[in-house]
Amino acid sequence: MTELLQQLINGLSLGAIYALIALGYTMIYGVLRFINFAHSEVFMVGAFVGCYIGRLAGSVTWWSGFGALGAAMLVCGILGFIIEKIAYRPLRGAPVLNVLITAIGVSLFLQYGGQLVFGATPRTFPELFPVRHFRLGGLDVSSNQVIVMIVTVVLLVALQLIVKHTRLGTAMRAVALNPQAAQLVGINTGTVFSFTFVIGSALAGAGGVLYAMNYPSIDPLMGVMPGLKAFVAAILGGIGSIPGAALGGLLLGSAETLVSGSQFSTYKDAIAFGILILILLLRPSGLLGRPGVEKV
Amino acid sequence: MPLLPRKTALLLSSLAAALAFAGCAPKDASAPTTVKIGNLASITGKDASFGQSSTKATRLAIDEINAAGGVLGQQIELIFEDTQSKPGEAAMVVKKLVTRDHVVALIGEVISSRSIEAASVAQTLKIPMLTPTATNPAVTATGDYIFRACFIDPFQGKVLAKFARDDLGSKRAAVLTSTSSSYSTGLSKVFVEQYTEAGGEVVADQKFAEGDKDFKAALTAIRAANPDVIFVPAYYTEASLIAKQARELGITVPLLGGDGWEAPELFEIAGDAVEGCYYSTHFSADSTDPKLQAFVARYRARYDGATPDCMAALGYDAAYLLVDALRRAGSTDPVKIKDALAATRGFEGITGRIDMGPDRNASKPATILKIQNRKPVYVKTIAP
Amino acid sequence: MPFPRQHIALLAGIAAALTLSAFGGAFNAYHLDIAMTVGIAIILAVSLNLINGHTGLFSLGHAGFMAIGAYLSATITLFVGPQLTGPAPSAFATQAIFFTALLTGGLCAAFAGILIGLPSLRLKGDYLALVTLGFGEIVRVIFQNIEPLGGALGLYGIHPLTNFAWIYSGVALTIFTVSCLVNSTYGRGFLATHDNEIAARSIGLNTTRYKITAFAVGAFFAGIAGGLFAHLRMTIDPRGFDFSRSIEIILMVILGGMGNTLGVILAAVVLTVLPEVLRPVAEYRMIIYSLLLVILMIARPQGLLNFRPKKAARI
Repeated sequence: MTELLQQLINGLSLGAIYALIALGYTMIYGVLRFINFAHSEVFMVGAFVGCYIGRLAGSVTWWSGFGALGAAMLVCGILGFIIEKIAYRPLRGAPVLNVLITAIGVSLFLQYGGQLVFGATPRTFPELFPVRHFRLGGLDVSSNQVIVMIVTVVLLVALQLIVKHTRLGTAMRAVALNPQAAQLVGINTGTVFSFTFVIGSALAGAGGVLYAMNYPSIDPLMGVMPGLKAFVAAILGGIGSIPGAALGGLLLGSAETLVSGSQFSTYKDAIAFGILILILLLRPSGLLGRPGVEKV
Repeated sequence: MPLLPRKTALLLSSLAAALAFAGCAPKDASAPTTVKIGNLASITGKDASFGQSSTKATRLAIDEINAAGGVLGQQIELIFEDTQSKPGEAAMVVKKLVTRDHVVALIGEVISSRSIEAASVAQTLKIPMLTPTATNPAVTATGDYIFRACFIDPFQGKVLAKFARDDLGSKRAAVLTSTSSSYSTGLSKVFVEQYTEAGGEVVADQKFAEGDKDFKAALTAIRAANPDVIFVPAYYTEASLIAKQARELGITVPLLGGDGWEAPELFEIAGDAVEGCYYSTHFSADSTDPKLQAFVARYRARYDGATPDCMAALGYDAAYLLVDALRRAGSTDPVKIKDALAATRGFEGITGRIDMGPDRNASKPATILKIQNRKPVYVKTIAP
Repeated sequence: MPFPRQHIALLAGIAAALTLSAFGGAFNAYHLDIAMTVGIAIILAVSLNLINGHTGLFSLGHAGFMAIGAYLSATITLFVGPQLTGPAPSAFATQAIFFTALLTGGLCAAFAGILIGLPSLRLKGDYLALVTLGFGEIVRVIFQNIEPLGGALGLYGIHPLTNFAWIYSGVALTIFTVSCLVNSTYGRGFLATHDNEIAARSIGLNTTRYKITAFAVGAFFAGIAGGLFAHLRMTIDPRGFDFSRSIEIILMVILGGMGNTLGVILAAVVLTVLPEVLRPVAEYRMIIYSLLLVILMIARPQGLLNFRPKKAARI
């Protein structure tokens, strides 16, 4: 029983990070309608920014931690803005698959550029927050796991507030629903796209720092696997849906952890994808996604 | 309207020009004055860190040899090709090095699976190949032109199983293996066999896959099995995270690893988590051997203070071993080089004395180190 | 009707492949290797083009089909073949077994293709993409865990049976099959499914059948390509058939212009030769490659080699 509970805690803290990355995926997809493959590389850049700031800060305090988190979100937001401006904006109106290729191009560029700039050897991620371990009964929880969950919840709520209660958020939802109609009623779609990218990328940056905090070895290819998993989580929850992304991330994290703690651990990824396929067959638009009606 | 838009025409013609340029890349006219040695490793992609370490040290060794006058009265030209961590690439690279660059011997690949791929081509083309670090037995089984400068997984697995059973006195071992790495699965298979044979019990056999960073699930299961020792046949990138997470879960038993652990990053990333753990390796960067210290110093001086890991040490030894064979062969004829490599006895490398065994595997001792105060400390040497 | 012309082209292609293969010894082994890699890339790209380009489905799992073909055909030539023919088979028996192995690999991949095609009844776009991606990963994980097939180390010691003739006959056959399918009266249904599924359905086309056919045929040729790849490289490794391999093939299809066979062939050639050309700049190679991708997409959104103006209506 204790083991199961421990696995659940492990799963939730892993899932919280997946959820955070999935939020960015789902936002960008919801508004721009394409899979931003470069998202996992923005995540990687976030981790590296956190690493440099952490080293600069020297001492480990709550301030250094939140400073690094904020800096990573800022830098990644700017990076997202630049990527959107240079690589995606010129392709507005082009078929979705073309944008996909550009996304793959940007992703490869950041991966291999990262290997050149940061080096391919994994680096140590410094401690950002003061670390403490709690032991409750037979359960072990580290303060980093708690921080991950709290930050994820805070960002999730903040995002929900922005989307539901600000002018820009309303504009975003309008563009997501129908870009042409949104433009007709005077919404500057360009601004909305930029804004979406900035927010999505900032979330990826935060995810990068939190991930690296828990798994303190970072390298330029570190984004690939979590990125893929978060993508899966986003679709699982119903792409475009913010609570869906969070739910998908948590579910995927828990499922993965439970399987890898069992005797079927060799087939962990196969089982995770198998479950996913089953869910999609039963609910083709994801857990919380609205089934879209296609019109001629 | 013109047949092609101008932009397209420009693009196409520049592509065509690039292709044409590659087709007639200038052939080296000064061929007879140098000995050409091919070097293949992955310096980009997933396994880049291993390939980079190894090839940097090989380059360092060849430059030293050239500065000391080269071999057979000629300078050595080391021609490097990247295998991009991609299956399928190694075979093509070997074909390129042999048929386009006319190398007389090859140093590489670093990873076992790609080494097997490269070996099958090198064997067909009859060019001697010396892999610095591929430890899977199947690599040299490819044919009589394939050699290695390191020990093989069965030997290391046996050494570690024996050490865990006899020296640590453990009765219950847990194993945590990476299913996507042949190095890891090979080592863990031998360990489990030998450990059980020696009377021990393997109480938990957990797996993870490449790219995993969260091992808490597997470790929680291992904790429940209550082992005396945990065998982690993984590279340092994973081993350091495994150690850290194991301690976070309150697991206090020692961890045991292979030569993949050998890297300064292990102590940096894992910190106190690897205190009291053991691993086997080819060499110790903190050893007092003057030859080794000289290598460490030169490597640091050349590559911005980076401490060489075991990939680097073996890459360095492989270069000297091959050049030694070239000297003894007295010729650049591949058959003679092959025979000279096979006849290697008592070669003193920085990773120890190397004798080439009948299966073209270097027979050399394994060193067991214990981690104390974030430093590896020599425990014992186990001879083959 | 274009049929006879295409048959002649097929025969001419195979004849050319055989003739060129006879002179294979005259080429540098490295160049020959590139030419063969290009051939395999063409088979993969053209077959994926049927699924992604012509039919408008979005498959991210082509490497999975390739893996099935590679592993099955290698198993047959390595383990089953020798038992049928004894220790010293004749040249003809070896080639016959190789042919059977390729075919079996292709058929099993096609069967997997049908299995994957079935969910496409319910799923579309990105959701279907995810299922195919999951399928590819599942195939990889399974092969990684089958010990008799080499596990993580992969299968090695495969006989080098693939040659220029096999590959380019395969190329000719793939192009022939795909273009016959698409250019026939029946095949217009693929384009209709692509252009507007609802409209296609409402005029009575069984779009589901088209989707499954596209998956089956595409997967079949991917399986063949996998088999050829295995017997060219002599070693296969589960990691060689991962997500990034699928992406590589998709790049060829999109760069060539979706649904444009000639463009896709040219893109396959360019994208296979380009990394070889960039070899001297090893460390910067992938950076240049990725930059070129972005620039090409911005400069030529309709596909690098698609010179036809976008057709408005093709029904």
